[in-house]
Amino acid sequence: MRKIRLMEVCGTHTMAIARAGIKKLLPPSIDLISGPGCPVCVTAQGDIDRAVQIARSKDVIMATFGDMLRVPGTRGSLEKAKAQGADVRVVYSCLDALNIAQKHPLKKIVFMGIGFETTSPTVAATIQEAKRRQIGNFFVLSNFKLIFPALSALAQSRKVQIDGFICPGHVSVITGSRPYEKISRSYKIPCVITGFDEADIIKGIKRLVEQVKNKTYGVQIEYKRAVEEQGNKKARSVLNKVFKTDDARWRGLGTIKRSGLKLRKEFSCFCAEKKFKVKLPKAIEPKGCRCAEVLQGMIFPEDCKLFKKGCTPQSPVGPCMVSSEGACAAHYRYGK
Amino acid sequence: MCLAVPAKVKTVRKNTALVDFGGVTREISLGITSDVQKNDYVLVHAGFAIGKVAKLEAEDTLKILQEIKELTRRVENA
Repeated sequence: MRKIRLMEVCGTHTMAIARAGIKKLLPPSIDLISGPGCPVCVTAQGDIDRAVQIARSKDVIMATFGDMLRVPGTRGSLEKAKAQGADVRVVYSCLDALNIAQKHPLKKIVFMGIGFETTSPTVAATIQEAKRRQIGNFFVLSNFKLIFPALSALAQSRKVQIDGFICPGHVSVITGSRPYEKISRSYKIPCVITGFDEADIIKGIKRLVEQVKNKTYGVQIEYKRAVEEQGNKKARSVLNKVFKTDDARWRGLGTIKRSGLKLRKEFSCFCAEKKFKVKLPKAIEPKGCRCAEVLQGMIFPEDCKLFKKGCTPQSPVGPCMVSSEGACAAHYRYGK
Repeated sequence: MCLAVPAKVKTVRKNTALVDFGGVTREISLGITSDVQKNDYVLVHAGFAIGKVAKLEAEDTLKILQEIKELTRRVENA
């Protein structure tokens, strides 16, 4: 009998599953595989290069979330740029970056924005606030991603067999459960939205296995304390006022149509890509690094020759080892 | 990165709120959520409330967290 393969598409799930040792508790007939759910990991090499080049520009303060700092670009990481004198700061919220901009009117503050539907509305609200406060030295590098086009791409891909998606709880707080219906219907694949406690995840897996067994493919919410069918309408409305969909490059998955976000015309004065016309090196991914395959669930981290040898959390080669939510970092810390 | 932590709303101001993460108080933005009121539980991500959490279940989670803390303390002290 072939194995049931379930994919989680959220870095926070990847870590929660690894930390709790859930894979070891499951019967051998169920495989859990990690998908492209860690925003740091899916950021394309060229987009990291752009951030590093902008950070090195005159009078720039680059602000970003912590994990982004150490991801190696073609010519070094943001951390390396910082060591060489660039002003790179880690922030908890995009609002912190806006406050830095207000404090330093002679500097140009660039927020390197990454994340899925959970994060992008917070950045959209910050941009609205920047407009309201008339802050002219604040810019956003938009590398946001939308999860649904990626789920479609994975479900269509013949590279990997997926029998069900463990769907991201906090993305779903914003999107609600409806967008998954199209995916489950079109590709006949069950989707279960779940939370991040061990019990939540195990319940989610149980629901998926039941669906696989009964040959059904519906959408279920196993995180009802936070997720509603209609999601957070206000967050989506703020997001849609500031951003519109655009094609985006993903590490591993290539360019996916309408899977990214770009600033609308009314907010284009905050667009860092427009403001800084930097010359980019030809993007080269680290030699021997198989993050692209790990991100599609095609291989396990252990299948990469660099895993635990040339590539460790102390000296990472690829983003899946850099990010605290990457599949390689999770396997390194907690085992397969 | 999509980590969001439940917190209890202590005071609501115009577009912000003071929330309690089990002892730590922080100001967060209410810019992307509607109808947040005092004593509600919200999920906080990157300085913003992204949604509300059902009160009973949130209290349940906080209680379990407290029990785990207590157990860990006992194990550590044993």
